[in-house]
Amino acid sequence: MPQWIDVCALGDIDAEDVLRFDHEGNTYAVYRSPDDEYFATDGLCTHEKVHLAGGLVMDDIIECPKHNGRFNYKTGAAKGAPVCVDLKTYRAKVQGTRVLIEI
Amino acid sequence: MPLNDIVIVGAGEAGGRAALALREAGFAGRIALVGEETHPPYERPPLSKAAIADAATPAPVVIGDGGRLAELGVERIAGVAAVAIDRRERRLELADGRRLSYDALVLATGARARPLPLPGAELALTLRTFEDALRIRERIHAAGRVAVVGGGFIGLEIAASARSLGREVTLMEADSRLLRRSTPEPLAAALEARHAAEGVEIVKSVRIERIAATARGVVIHTSEGAREADVVVAGVGASPRVELADAAGLAVDNGVRVDGSLRTSDPAIYAIGDCADFPHPLFGGRRLRLEAWRNAFDQGAHVARALLGETQAFAALPWFWSDQYDLTLQMVGVAETGASVIARDLGGGAQMLFHLDAEGRIVAAGGLGPIEKTAKEIKLAERLIARRAVLSPVALADPAASLKKML
Repeated sequence: MPQWIDVCALGDIDAEDVLRFDHEGNTYAVYRSPDDEYFATDGLCTHEKVHLAGGLVMDDIIECPKHNGRFNYKTGAAKGAPVCVDLKTYRAKVQGTRVLIEI
Repeated sequence: MPLNDIVIVGAGEAGGRAALALREAGFAGRIALVGEETHPPYERPPLSKAAIADAATPAPVVIGDGGRLAELGVERIAGVAAVAIDRRERRLELADGRRLSYDALVLATGARARPLPLPGAELALTLRTFEDALRIRERIHAAGRVAVVGGGFIGLEIAASARSLGREVTLMEADSRLLRRSTPEPLAAALEARHAAEGVEIVKSVRIERIAATARGVVIHTSEGAREADVVVAGVGASPRVELADAAGLAVDNGVRVDGSLRTSDPAIYAIGDCADFPHPLFGGRRLRLEAWRNAFDQGAHVARALLGETQAFAALPWFWSDQYDLTLQMVGVAETGASVIARDLGGGAQMLFHLDAEGRIVAAGGLGPIEKTAKEIKLAERLIARRAVLSPVALADPAASLKKML
């Protein structure tokens, strides 16, 4: 059963940025969009298993730190070579002053 | 004339990527991808790192997850060399006697590791292919003492891999500093310090005279005396493979000479990747030849568009990285065109350098540190360079000043 897990405080992620979140042996990337919505995906790039949280968020795209593979972090869609496998996404929400993701 | 037959010579990153990109852009004609190696196109960057250092026996990291080329109907001709181009008949001749007709030919022949120019050079292993990596891996795993000749990326990455396996490592460099060709001094010095801290013995300004076999390994005779090792690996650069182009009478300079569309002096023939000498529009048409994964990737994608009629010049920025220990070095742009250098300390052992030209325009940037600290900054710097942005040196030096806000 998926559960809502506390990730961080609202201010811990800058607007248009990303945070790495490790939980029970898995790693996730949690995003704050330019308009202050929150999203979550698997933490590793589907190409060569690099932590996406080291990458650059521009609008609704996360660019992998290593090979510039790009994904839409809202949908998980891979945006072309070298990445061809989509990212798994998770629901995220704000509760009071905290960010939670459903995993 | 519509294109029906496209032949690509060289099945590395550039050639493989060109084939994929042609199909992804809708090209429905024949694509033949000719490669000397039997493997499908694979990524070379892991060869000096994971392929040597990982405990698990490595496998090639295949481009497009294995079956993609076949799925897309790319005809792979593997394990066969191309030996001649008949430009008049537009035919490529293979070593097994086959002849492939083409409407357009793409040369992605890459580069080969330069041998040491001295007696006993054949005793030094070099790295280019997956099989080379396996050979180096076996020898390093069996060794106690590893000697590396050459303080460039390949040499330093192999030194780091051998050190991570607990081997004694000596790295010898002819120059008075490491990475002169590719990396600004402060970043090279920081990398050198890290290697020293990891226990690599670094000998600079040394001349290698000859290498001889011993009962259990090799002895390397140098201007600083003789050194024994169980295995010696040389990383002293690579030469573009231009023989095919040269013999066909194409213009060859520092590589196969191409124009902004990556077209050679024969309009039916293109060249991409490590073998191509191309002009860069962002740097006054300065000619570059880059031995880098990213360039191979970008030019593979670009040549597909050019073949299908796009006329925009290739303008992707030179960009490369090197992983050593937990550090990643990333460089973007052309540092030689800069007039001044601004340093930014990112904290936690990470730093950035920004190169500005005489007009204050950012032309290159370098970063060294854990990749999660430097990657964002490098990516933003890349966008600023592409925009030819004029930036304040004071702001660049200030880690609190957001590069994103300078866009």
